[in-house]
Amino acid sequence: MTAIQKKAHNPIAHLTAADIDALGRELDAIRDRVLASRGEADAAYIRKVIAIQRRLELGSRAVLLFSLFPPAWLVGTAGLAVAKILENMEIGHNVLHGQYDFMRDPKIHSTTWEWDHVSPAAQWKHSHNQLHHTYTNVLGKDNDLGYGIMRVDEDQPWHPIHLGQPLWNLINACFFEYGIAAYDLELGRNLRKGRHKAPEFRARARAVGRKIRRQFLKDYIIHPLLSGPSFLSTLAATFTANLIRNLWSHSVIMCGHFPEGVETFEKTSIEGETRGEWYLRQMLGSANISGSRLTHIMTGNLSFQIEHHLFPDLPSCRYQEVAPEVRALFAKYGLTYTTGALPKQVASAWWKVIRLSLPSRATPAPPPAGGQVRTDALATSSV
Amino acid sequence: MTTTVPRPPGRRTVRDRLFRLAETVTTPLLPEDYLDLIAPLRSGAALRGRILDVRPETRDAATLTIRPGRGWRGHTPGQYVRLGVDVDGVRQWRAYSLTSAPGRSDGLISVTVKAIPDGRVSNHLVRRARPGTLVQLDQAQGDFVAPVPAPERVLFVTAGSGITPVMGMLRAGAPATADVVLVHSAPTPDDVIFAAELRGLAARGAIRLVERHTDTDGVLGVAELADLVPDHLDRQTWACGPVGLLDAVEAHWAANGAADRLHTERFRPTVISPGAGGDVTFTRAGVTVRADGGTALLDAGEDAGVLMPSGCRMGICFGCVVPLRQGAVRDLRNGEITTAVPGDNVLIQTCVSAAAGTCDIDL
Repeated sequence: MTAIQKKAHNPIAHLTAADIDALGRELDAIRDRVLASRGEADAAYIRKVIAIQRRLELGSRAVLLFSLFPPAWLVGTAGLAVAKILENMEIGHNVLHGQYDFMRDPKIHSTTWEWDHVSPAAQWKHSHNQLHHTYTNVLGKDNDLGYGIMRVDEDQPWHPIHLGQPLWNLINACFFEYGIAAYDLELGRNLRKGRHKAPEFRARARAVGRKIRRQFLKDYIIHPLLSGPSFLSTLAATFTANLIRNLWSHSVIMCGHFPEGVETFEKTSIEGETRGEWYLRQMLGSANISGSRLTHIMTGNLSFQIEHHLFPDLPSCRYQEVAPEVRALFAKYGLTYTTGALPKQVASAWWKVIRLSLPSRATPAPPPAGGQVRTDALATSSV
Repeated sequence: MTTTVPRPPGRRTVRDRLFRLAETVTTPLLPEDYLDLIAPLRSGAALRGRILDVRPETRDAATLTIRPGRGWRGHTPGQYVRLGVDVDGVRQWRAYSLTSAPGRSDGLISVTVKAIPDGRVSNHLVRRARPGTLVQLDQAQGDFVAPVPAPERVLFVTAGSGITPVMGMLRAGAPATADVVLVHSAPTPDDVIFAAELRGLAARGAIRLVERHTDTDGVLGVAELADLVPDHLDRQTWACGPVGLLDAVEAHWAANGAADRLHTERFRPTVISPGAGGDVTFTRAGVTVRADGGTALLDAGEDAGVLMPSGCRMGICFGCVVPLRQGAVRDLRNGEITTAVPGDNVLIQTCVSAAAGTCDIDL
């Protein structure tokens, strides 16, 4: 992909400023309708998922106490992997978004929740909720585009180091939670700019260190110790469960913004962005995953990445319900709703990582001279 | 009544060690998060109760019998309990007088709720609450209680659900040996909560009951008390009911130099009528600013030099969430009103909320 402003066929050139405003109003109406009916069923849903997850985690860890016995290892590892996936995706991610803050339950609230992940909730909320969701797919602003270590857009300059990015991506996938923690710390940038001695950075790094220690102690020391003679097999089981969780969440998240068809935006394009333009950027900057109800739950409803980016604070269990209406709006305004089955989307994202590890064949045309390129002005300025 | 017995030091250390070990396994959650799944009423848990029974008292009032958690420390007759109830998925806190006698052998407590027009929580409890539901509890509180030893002559002046704390006192047998007069006002004989029990007490001669039915007798005026209870100013008096009645009673007792013999309880929640804009106080910063109905509280606070947490400034990141101690705010996106009274501790997003009246923000 290339920043939308530089494309030969600009997919939003046909929309006038009035169209974009109207689109924004229609999306606001969908949001208001969900808000009006938000309540008991949503609260019951998240409490049920939390109860299931806790029972599954506890049960799986209990089974793993006997992990020397191969069937126990298999069942326990599978159960723990599913529990960790549910905890991160459908519970942690969504509770930390404030989707369930409306319940006013201090135990299920974005300000008090901590998740089974090495990145402390507070740091993740800043980099994810604030930076990624506000500046979605804006080159140079949204670090989710390649996590600052990969080239995932033609507009990002190629460097020989990118030759290795299929390997970086695989390693990142295996240890994704550590990748996220480093990313939330902006580790690379802070080290490059010599800010690693700044008190603010050191405080945050210490918080990450504490979190890693606690997570590590639980999964790799205490739980194996409690397993007695099954020490090593339990250690292998918790490692495998974390690995499965990491590979799964990495795949789901790659599908959200990397597959073919997803657009990126130039930094200047979001200056003075209207609500409608922000919505439009979210629509074009995200991709869905099609699948069964189980797929949706296991992806934390990030299979409805488009709906999630439009309405990040609506309860995740409502995305499926609004998806047909959102899709109808894509059709009405002549936009492409990017979606596909998980294997296809994962392959598409991986293909992009591999393709862009090599230099691009042609350099993209420069933006039109003498003017800011903005999404609302594109009808006339596209090249 | 207190149930906290100090543990032998040795056992406590072992227990604490076990809990610390459990915490290393359950992190980032706490052992209690798992225990709550199976034993939400256990000792040491956040105080909760389970509704066992909902019994209608009148057409718009019902008594809820609740099994409190093991941490319940009991109550004194006349006190109230704050109940956290999930209504339409949203936790709401309200205070209700305890109507059960303290120290029941079965350990149960009861509150009696009258559904008030448009009352979200009271209507839910009276009409929709089901046995088995968990509610959040606070320990009993309030100083509207009968003194020990009981005074010789007692007057209760109540109206509507104002009878509830008094019923708690009467059921506790307090004050059993005293000369008790109860003047109670309700719209009709059928609207008298605990009617049968009160009339029974009167028939047995335990109390003198003066019932007033406003549909036929008109609203009870304090001037009439002189005829109904000639020695009313000499009695230790407890009054509970609507604001109008209490204002009149307090003025009357004060005017006659008997204010020290009068105890009142105002249990109707503060009525917040949302408007546009208002005075916003950042309580910890000690700053008050006048904010109009179109300015986000985040901007109002920053303009006043308050160090405000902030994030996306468009309502999506929840980085600016702070507690609204009391007051009303309007969501700038869709006009939705959120109100809070002290103790509610409602968290709001300051970047998309404007003042809809006087607000206290905990910053």
